[in-house]
Amino acid sequence: MPVPAIEIEGLQKHFGSVHVLHGIDLEVASGEFFGLLGPNGAGKSTLINILAGLTRASAGHARICGHDVVSDYRHSRKTLGVVPQEVVFDPFFSVREILRIQAGYFGLKGPENERWREELLAALMLEDKADVNMRALSGGMKRRVLIAQALVHRPQVVILDEPTAGVDVELRASLWTFIRRLHTEGHTIVLTTHYLEEAEALCGRIAILKQGRIAALDSKQALLRRAVHKTLTVTTAEPMGTVPEALRDKVRRVTGHCVELSLHKGVDSIPGILETLRVAGYTIVDLTTEEADLEEVFLELTQGRTG
Amino acid sequence: MIGFRTLFYKELLRFYKVLLQTILAPVVTALLYLVVFSGTFKGRPDILPGVGYVAFLVPGLMMMSMIQNAFANSSSSLIQSKIAGNLIFILLSPLSTFEFFLAFVGAAIVRALLVALGIYVVAIVFVTVPIRHPLYLLLFGIFGSGALGALGIIAGIWSERFDQLAGFQNFVVMPLSFLSGVFYSLRSLPPVWQTLSKLNPLLYMIDGFRYGFFGISDVSPLLSLAIVIAFCAAISATALAMVARGYRLRN
Ligand SMILES: Nc1ncnc2c1ncn2[C@@H]1O[C@H](COP(=O)(O)OP(=O)(O)OP(=O)(O)O)[C@@H](O)[C@H]1O
Ligand SMILES: [Mg+2]
Repeated sequence: MPVPAIEIEGLQKHFGSVHVLHGIDLEVASGEFFGLLGPNGAGKSTLINILAGLTRASAGHARICGHDVVSDYRHSRKTLGVVPQEVVFDPFFSVREILRIQAGYFGLKGPENERWREELLAALMLEDKADVNMRALSGGMKRRVLIAQALVHRPQVVILDEPTAGVDVELRASLWTFIRRLHTEGHTIVLTTHYLEEAEALCGRIAILKQGRIAALDSKQALLRRAVHKTLTVTTAEPMGTVPEALRDKVRRVTGHCVELSLHKGVDSIPGILETLRVAGYTIVDLTTEEADLEEVFLELTQGRTG
Repeated sequence: MIGFRTLFYKELLRFYKVLLQTILAPVVTALLYLVVFSGTFKGRPDILPGVGYVAFLVPGLMMMSMIQNAFANSSSSLIQSKIAGNLIFILLSPLSTFEFFLAFVGAAIVRALLVALGIYVVAIVFVTVPIRHPLYLLLFGIFGSGALGALGIIAGIWSERFDQLAGFQNFVVMPLSFLSGVFYSLRSLPPVWQTLSKLNPLLYMIDGFRYGFFGISDVSPLLSLAIVIAFCAAISATALAMVARGYRLRN
């Protein structure tokens, strides 16, 4: 059994009197593509900052590839690459200089490292901006540089804190291709995003953080199965007037000849609903059902949403 | 080692890219002091035996500029990158506490020495300033600006806003550097002020530095050197402890 990429035990964080993380336990295996989701203020960035050594935990421990992030910080930081959520940059330097300096902090130099940096510039479509001062780059381009900076030392574990916020569609696609490649090459990836389709498409396992606690931690498939609701859309020959009383609390939307209903799995039966509609005088023309997506599971778990 | 060298080199580049403001401006300021004060006090009796007033001023102005620029270099670099947020790139790296400290202090010393050299080169066009003990000059130069570079780290880490740093500079560094015998000799002060002045560690930097040039000083140069090194060590220890603990850096 290889050493886990990330081990977190009983991690707590207070900012003054504000309790931000309430004892997080989490393990991410080597080679996973892991999603860390949660609403604004849930504590995702705080957790990441503790792993990166940017913030000190109030209690508990964290290890990256077996290296404690406080007592063995030199090793833990060498194995970790973090793309921070905020776009920050050093206005004194060009993109190429920034990457060379960053590699230098990690004790790296020489032609082999330089080739890797050139590869990063190409993969992130920064080649024609390589000698431009950071100040002169657009916001999305600065974010690409942040991603390149996090990867200069080919870290075993890569954590991306909302890497696609403010990034255009084209780059987003090429970015995911690149991150997938890193994952295939054996890197462990942890991703934070508010675009749940991204998480659904990429991540194998997902943790949902809510007010500093882990509200759910499971494989993507298991999480999707957890959804208690699915959507039933019924098209009728007659225009939808008043929805029968018995169905009112399930209605999501009524448009023309269509009614969209939210069904509680295992409680509501589709034949029963169709029968209710038929009795009310509607002729059913068509129907579709749709399983919940990650977004719905997310909302159910974080807001306790019903129907 | 590569890590330290990179950060040191980056810190050098940072002031090298704005040479006009970081080296040239302080040289010009010091020379203005020289012109104004030498004009004002022309014909005054020599402060140190056999040393004219203008010549007397040169080492003091050099050391005062070193003190102020060493402090400004590390403190402004830290606060700027803290406020801009790009300090995280250093904080995310495996650089050790000592590498971090040494790179910032080293760059501060280099800038201070360059400013001092600039002042000296221009000053000797107008006035003769001999160099009697170059080793003392070097030691006082390095430990004096090293101490202030380390103090700049402390102030840069402690300050959360630019005005806090400006306060530190205006209410601590400036008064101490002005009241350290740049423009006068300790002997010319009333006894109370003499005693008070002796509590100012920067006085020993200037007095010892002056000894390096003229071979004359108010305090024994070895005692001054011991005091300056002890001061430098104490400030450095404080700065290192702050960096190691992540005080106001890794909250
Ligand atoms: N330096 C700080 N001082 C005080 N409170 C803080 C600090 N940093 C974060 N917090 C608080 O901690 C909580 C968690 O913040 P965090 O940035 O970790 O959330 P997040 O899950 O990353 O949110 P988002 O999705 O908006 O990025 C928030 O309530 C925030 O206000
Ligand atoms: Mg965040």
